[in-house]
Amino acid sequence: MNDKLYKILLFVTALLMPIVCGGVVFALVTDAYEAFEHFGFLNFLTSSEWSYTEGDEHYGALPFITGTLMTTLLALIFCIPFSLPVALFVGEYFKGTRIAAVLSTVTDLLAGIPSIIYGLWGFYTLRPIIMALNISPQGSGILTASLVLAIMIIPYASSLSAEFIKMVPNDLKEGAYSLGATRAEVIGKIVFPVAGSGIFSSYILAIGRALGETMTVTMLIGNTNNIPESITSTGNSMASIIANQFGEADGLRLSSLIAIGLILFLITAAINMIGKIMIKRTRIS
Amino acid sequence: MTNNKVKKRLAKDRLMLWGVCLFAAMTATPLIAILGEVLLKGYDQLSWSFFTEPTPTAYKAMKAIEAGEPIPGGIANGIIGTMLMLAMASVFAVPIGILCGVFLAENPKNKFAQFVSYLTDLLQGTPSVIIGIVTYIWVVVPMKGYSAVAGSVALFIMMLPLIIRSTEETLKILPASLKEAGLALGGNRARVMMKVQLPAAFGGIFTGVLLAISRVIGETAPLMFTALGCSFIRFSIDKPISAVPLLIWEFFNDPNLQELIWGASLFLLLFVLTLNISAKYIAKKWNQ
Repeated sequence: MNDKLYKILLFVTALLMPIVCGGVVFALVTDAYEAFEHFGFLNFLTSSEWSYTEGDEHYGALPFITGTLMTTLLALIFCIPFSLPVALFVGEYFKGTRIAAVLSTVTDLLAGIPSIIYGLWGFYTLRPIIMALNISPQGSGILTASLVLAIMIIPYASSLSAEFIKMVPNDLKEGAYSLGATRAEVIGKIVFPVAGSGIFSSYILAIGRALGETMTVTMLIGNTNNIPESITSTGNSMASIIANQFGEADGLRLSSLIAIGLILFLITAAINMIGKIMIKRTRIS
Repeated sequence: MTNNKVKKRLAKDRLMLWGVCLFAAMTATPLIAILGEVLLKGYDQLSWSFFTEPTPTAYKAMKAIEAGEPIPGGIANGIIGTMLMLAMASVFAVPIGILCGVFLAENPKNKFAQFVSYLTDLLQGTPSVIIGIVTYIWVVVPMKGYSAVAGSVALFIMMLPLIIRSTEETLKILPASLKEAGLALGGNRARVMMKVQLPAAFGGIFTGVLLAISRVIGETAPLMFTALGCSFIRFSIDKPISAVPLLIWEFFNDPNLQELIWGASLFLLLFVLTLNISAKYIAKKWNQ
């Protein structure tokens, strides 16, 4: 094969990516158009009605946007007290040791468990516990879904944070040690300030994961189409309403579900882009 | 006074160490809890017939429950569907993904390559449920029906960015001298790539492919809108077909079939974790 043919072949295959991504956006936009046209874009975003009585259909995305934001935010809060110690354990305290390798294998395996199995575990193990603790009568809801989501995003947040913690230059840390700082002080005053933006960006990418998580949330959030009143009430996320109703929907309802899909796509794309840009900046500096 | 201050600082230091160890160790609990639950509840369901027979109908299962017998049948339809769709998706995703990865590694400064690289990130971050919607619009609507083809298109789109990334990353960390030596011997770029760089990168790329498979094998949401599911063993690619995660979802929603959940989950979990561990092992071997 000569060089020219080789270059052309590579270029042509690479063209597939713009075609696929363009196709994703095109398909979502054209099929969501009906819903946006019917309800108006802003109205669709801010309406909290979801009723499919024939002849009087009303669809709005607000309950699901709220549900997604609540589960994601709570998952992030629950995940930090575990993912940060894991990152410090692997990246600082036991850097390069066998026990650190074991822990990072454990988190890798956590990342590998399919989301439907997380859902089953949440439903059959965690939900009864929540019911027994009298936190909510039906056991499922925003809180239950977020707890399991938090476990699911620990690996994403911790492995990337650990990379950034590992990259903190040794001479900075040694300088602090030579001045008499303890290890905890070195971590608080050197490691976190230096690796901070990297750690922050890894949490942004973890948020990107949590936003689109479907099956776990569908099995645990309780599937009601109202704006959740508190963290123990039931609700629906954008991904879970799609998973629940896509199969049986048609016409305006299908288009509204696709519109919710488009909104979810745009939000995750924006979050992921911010995360990636931050990582690139940190790596360069 | 000073002594006290030092003591306080040292105590804080020790507290931090123990706190980090404690919370880090607690992260292993969910893994153990999930593995334990699935193993304990699922192991006595695994039998020869569980892998060779299709899912029973809800009626049959109900009869068996009434008679106090174990539910007949298994998940053979799901295993065959999963394998069929994975095979179809991989046949396209592996070569195309590797070629795209080669393109990105060969043109690191090219504007178009940077754009493609950005799109790879975008596609990798896209929630799988959206891939399901899009495949429904692209394939299910024009074909006027759910099919194994649609399911494999969804899996293909999800595998593609993972394979592209792993190929690109692996090629980029190869020593430049390898490529230069090949070129100095008179090989053109295509030949050097085929005979020198790709063989040298094989371990990394293979790991990437295994991880991509293990990532998509447990995907449920996109298959719900594309492959739909089917209660008997089937090999045709233009008809609805089942998959192991789809069966778990079905069992979860059907009270009569709930007994079968754990066997199917155990199978899926063991499959995914084995793929993950072997991928890690291969990566380690290859790095040495």
